[in-house]
Amino acid sequence: MKLAIASGKGGTGKTTVAVSLALSLATANAASAPLFLDCDVEEPNAALFLRPEISARRDVGLLIPVVDMARCTACGRCAEVCEYHAITVIGKQVLVFPELCHGCGSCTRQCPEGAIHEELNVMGTLECGRAETIEFFHGTLNVGEAMAVPVIRQLKAWAIPPDVGDRPVILDAPPGTSCPVVETMRGADAALLVTEPTPFGLHDLRVAVEVARDELGLPVAVVVNRDGVGDDGVDAYCAAESLPILLRIPLERAIAEGIAHGASLVDIRPEYQTKLAELWEAIAELL
Amino acid sequence: MKQLVILSGKGGTGKTTVTAALAHLATQTQRVVLADADVDAANLGLVLAPVTEESHDFTGGRIAVIDPAVCIACGRCAEVCRFDAVRPGSAYAVDPIACEGCAACFYECPVQAITMTPQRAGQWFVATTRYGPLYHAHLFAGQENSGKLVTLVKQMARLRALDDAADLLLVDGPPGIGCPVIAALSGADMALIVTEPTVSGAHDLARALGLAAHFNIPATVLLNKADLSPVQAEAIVAYCAAQSIPLVGRLPYDPAVAEAMVRGEPITAGDGPVSAALREAWARLQQQIFGDAP
Repeated sequence: MKLAIASGKGGTGKTTVAVSLALSLATANAASAPLFLDCDVEEPNAALFLRPEISARRDVGLLIPVVDMARCTACGRCAEVCEYHAITVIGKQVLVFPELCHGCGSCTRQCPEGAIHEELNVMGTLECGRAETIEFFHGTLNVGEAMAVPVIRQLKAWAIPPDVGDRPVILDAPPGTSCPVVETMRGADAALLVTEPTPFGLHDLRVAVEVARDELGLPVAVVVNRDGVGDDGVDAYCAAESLPILLRIPLERAIAEGIAHGASLVDIRPEYQTKLAELWEAIAELL
Repeated sequence: MKQLVILSGKGGTGKTTVTAALAHLATQTQRVVLADADVDAANLGLVLAPVTEESHDFTGGRIAVIDPAVCIACGRCAEVCRFDAVRPGSAYAVDPIACEGCAACFYECPVQAITMTPQRAGQWFVATTRYGPLYHAHLFAGQENSGKLVTLVKQMARLRALDDAADLLLVDGPPGIGCPVIAALSGADMALIVTEPTVSGAHDLARALGLAAHFNIPATVLLNKADLSPVQAEAIVAYCAAQSIPLVGRLPYDPAVAEAMVRGEPITAGDGPVSAALREAWARLQQQIFGDAP
């Protein structure tokens, strides 16, 4: 099963749950240890908790156009077909704006002179390694780059082999509900949404449910973190929407302090090992 | 008019709580316009009880739509699509969620079965609140172009601030460092980065500061939940000192913050320790933004 762990609102505990779930599954079944993908390439934090030994690294980005001016006739076809205004022709000059380019290849294909070829514009890096038996992968968007989606897409393509079979795959999503979250969830079998019982948590949980369940058609389950902090709005909403709350993690200063120092939930409270392994089974039954 | 954007890198460090509190404090002496630049998960309205005055549709990009009556299932569209958005079949179909609107298939289709169709991708709103006008937006679930919508919200808010001769445009930013954050940061006079003393908070603070530096925008730091980990807090204070980034304040970890959120009030409406620390931080921030003459 491939499980995406998301939230809408940031800072609700996605990485806390994802990391401890991976550790719990690795302990429960060492023969089929999980693949872990940190898809929050803008702010990748899972490595701070899993501390993997990195064994491979590669640059990623998009293929962007490079114009051979010896062959270019400045006909303007490239600019005409670019939906992103990433290439423009001024007089006899062609300007490419890499930060706007989505790497779709239209200009290259449409150029009547065959004057355009493509080169990799590096936007970030991917790394993989091992944390005990967990196979760990993460991507890092370079500071100043705008597009997270290509990094996430290539991270998934690199990490998840076609023959992954029944091996557990855990995808730690970025916050929000727009394209980077959708890219993380695409191809997952289910989504686990981590929320907190506050008005902000509830508002953003609703939007996350719209993406995961209504747009992508995924089975959805909920974890309530910092239980006891706010009000009962999240409980009422989950009951009304028939969303199963599979785990509650109470608001406890000792847990918050432990996580502040880079400890995992199962280090701080070992009883969560069983609870998280059971949570995985419960999600598998939703499929 | 000065523009202050509140960012964090890491989500959930308290951006919106701080923005609402600063709105409350600033309006005691200044005219303020507010913008919520988190269009995925817009929460500022939940604290400010906005009354909507205008709502507008936001048309994002266009997406490809294949006419099944014309499609000859040659597969050329799927071949040229680099976003895995075309589904094969007796007539091919485009997955609207995966489509990035590049139009590569539109240009390649030999029978012109494809049209590029504009998408209603979200809505943006003008509202009044007790602290001044609020510009905010909602990007529909799973849509692209959050950066464009943030830019639109900010542009509208900025024009309003100029019209109203406002002193301050206060922008509540999204988490992360990608396109909506860059859009939120663009044109700001200062970035206030709200962080927390955790390993993740420190890691993401460094990236958020890097982003502000990349765009030459002065940054200043507010340490939230400062007493959660004295060790991590000192590490962040030392990091800021080493980078010559001013620290405008430290807020204690206090359940009163969540209680105020449940009541729909800014934390500064009460007089607890977080409220007091925020008042001090605002005094320093004003110095940094406006100098001696606000």
